[in-house]
Parts: sequence; C-alpha cells; structure tokens
Amino acid sequence: MGLFDYFHANRNSADVAKERLSILIARDHFHRNQPSFLPALQNELLEVIKKYVDIDQDDVTVSLDREEDCEILELNIALPEKGRYKEV
Amino acid sequence: MTRVIVVTSGKGGVGKTTTSAAFATGLALQGYKTAVIDFDVGLRNLDLVMGCERRVVYDFVNVITKEASLNQALIRDKRIENLYILPASQTRDKEALTMEGVEAVINELKKTFDYIVCDSPAGIEHGAYMAMYFADEAIVVTNPEISSVRDSDRILGLLASKTKRVVENQTPVKEHLLLTRYAPERVKNGEMLAVDDIQHILSIPLLGVIPESQSVLTASNQGIPVIVNKNSRAGLAYSDCIGRFLGEEIAFRFIDAKKGGIFGKLFGGR
Repeated sequence: MGLFDYFHANRNSADVAKERLSILIARDHFHRNQPSFLPALQNELLEVIKKYVDIDQDDVTVSLDREEDCEILELNIALPEKGRYKEV
Repeated sequence: MTRVIVVTSGKGGVGKTTTSAAFATGLALQGYKTAVIDFDVGLRNLDLVMGCERRVVYDFVNVITKEASLNQALIRDKRIENLYILPASQTRDKEALTMEGVEAVINELKKTFDYIVCDSPAGIEHGAYMAMYFADEAIVVTNPEISSVRDSDRILGLLASKTKRVVENQTPVKEHLLLTRYAPERVKNGEMLAVDDIQHILSIPLLGVIPESQSVLTASNQGIPVIVNKNSRAGLAYSDCIGRFLGEEIAFRFIDAKKGGIFGKLFGGR
C-alpha cells in the first residue's frame, strides 16, 4: 500500500484524530500523575542491573498505580536471553 | 461577589482574545460592571480587538509598578456602558507581572466590579500562570484540532493544581469548554472532530460552540467585539454563551450541518 492509499483509506480523518487523541491524553495523564522521582529511580535501577545483565533503557519500566488508599510500585525488568548474562 | 474569569487555552491562535472581548462585552451588555485585563505582556492585542488602541496611555505593568493608578490605566469603553479595559504593556516582558502586583490590581478591581475577565497569553509560562492563578472560573477555548485539544487538557491539569483556589483548599476553579472555529459541514463529512468527542475527551461542561465565521475577522478588523453583531452566527453563539454562563438554559445552535432552512439562507457563512 502506497502513501497515497494510506491517506485515502476508508476511515475518515476525524475518527483517526479521535483515536490518536484518546490514546495520547490517557498517556499524558499517566505521566502527569507519576511522582517526579520515578525517572531517577528507573535510571539508578538500570545502572545497577546493567552491572550484571546486558539490558537497555527500555527493558526497565517503573510505574506507580493508585488503588483507593494504597499505592503499588510496579517494576518490570525484561531480561535478555541467557547468553547475554555477564560473568561476574 | 466579584467573579474572576480566566480565558485560557494553552495553544495560541484559537480565539482567546476574541473570546475575552466578546465575553467582557456580553457581560457588560447584561448590566454587569466588567473589566477585561490583557495578560499578554509584550504582545498586546486585546486593545485592538476592543477598538481602543489609540486611547492607551498607561498599562497593567504601569499599575503594578505604581507608575500609574488603576483609574488612570483603565480605559472606559466609549460604546458600551459598564465595560473597562486594562491593556497589557507592549514593551516589558512577562516577568513584570509579579504575583503580589497582580493580586493587588485584582483586589482593587474587586471593590467595584462584578466580573474581571483575564485574557491569558498562549503557552504555560509565567504570563499564563498569572492569568489563571486568581481565577474563580475558567473558559477553556479549544479548536476542533488535536493539538488544541491536547493543550487544553494540559491547561485543565494546571487549573486543577496551580491556582490560588487549589493552593488554599477552596472549591476548585469552575471550568467551561468553549469550542471555536467549528464547521458542522466538515464534521458531517468526517473531516473534523465532533463537539461530543471533544467534550468526552476533556470531560468538562460545554459552555458554547462558536461556528467558523467570516464575521470574526471583520469584527477584529473594525475593533468591534463580534458579540455586538446580531447578524453574525459567531456573535449570536457568543450571546448564547453569556446566557448559559449566567444560568439560563439555552439550546445549542449552529452545531449541525445546514439543512437548507431559513437559518442557512440568512446566515450562510456569516
């Protein structure tokens, strides 16, 4: 499908705008409500893990969710294939 | 009790100054003593839209720095009773608006005015922050365009966190959505975000929808707020907004594509 076809796909542009905007605003809200220390925490964790495992920036995600009166700090680390473990 | 209204948007060029002029004029026409303040220091424009640019002697910054009294700087509208304009400075920068200075001016105005309309500059910098800080109500001006909607959402976040009412634990700023440059025909053709979709995304009450109209440019060319033009769809839509703002139940018009009826014939493009 060429670029021309892409712009003339069946969906109208208002629907595309609505969908993009909904996703964007949900993401903006998510970032806006995060405490300011999260990026720093993410970086420091990354540095520590990097000493042992070969991972990238994107492999560590840190987020904070609120559920009524408790907060849940969620930490996700995607480990690579076994072969990329470092020998310490 | 005086109400302080900020007209804000985040994004530039969506119609903040046009709306500020229309709103202040509309409230004054209803008999309320109204002052409209231009917070866009360095890029003064409200005086042009209000048609009083040649009468500016002192400005908002002169009052803050005590180079002039508030009464010296306030311009009384020659055509409309109860309407006063406090122009921005064209030469200073926005940092000249100190928190204490702005508060003193607003408190002084509160002694005699019913409404104070604050025309915010675009962006989310100091000038915009000062314009919203003392607000009781906010009119968030949005175009049916994704960047404008996103910026309005950002502004709503600031209104909920960076205003005096929030800082002092009072009831939050009352928010109103005002959609401008709306083109029902384009919405019908699937080329423009619909009013319901925008309201759903921003989830604040809808105050009004101003249709895209040639008369807005004509009004600003002439320095006459568009709301006084009773032959203009935009002017009538602004009048409806004033009614709703003051608590009347008024049905929304100019939001559906033309059906070729009498309104379409009377107001085509105007």
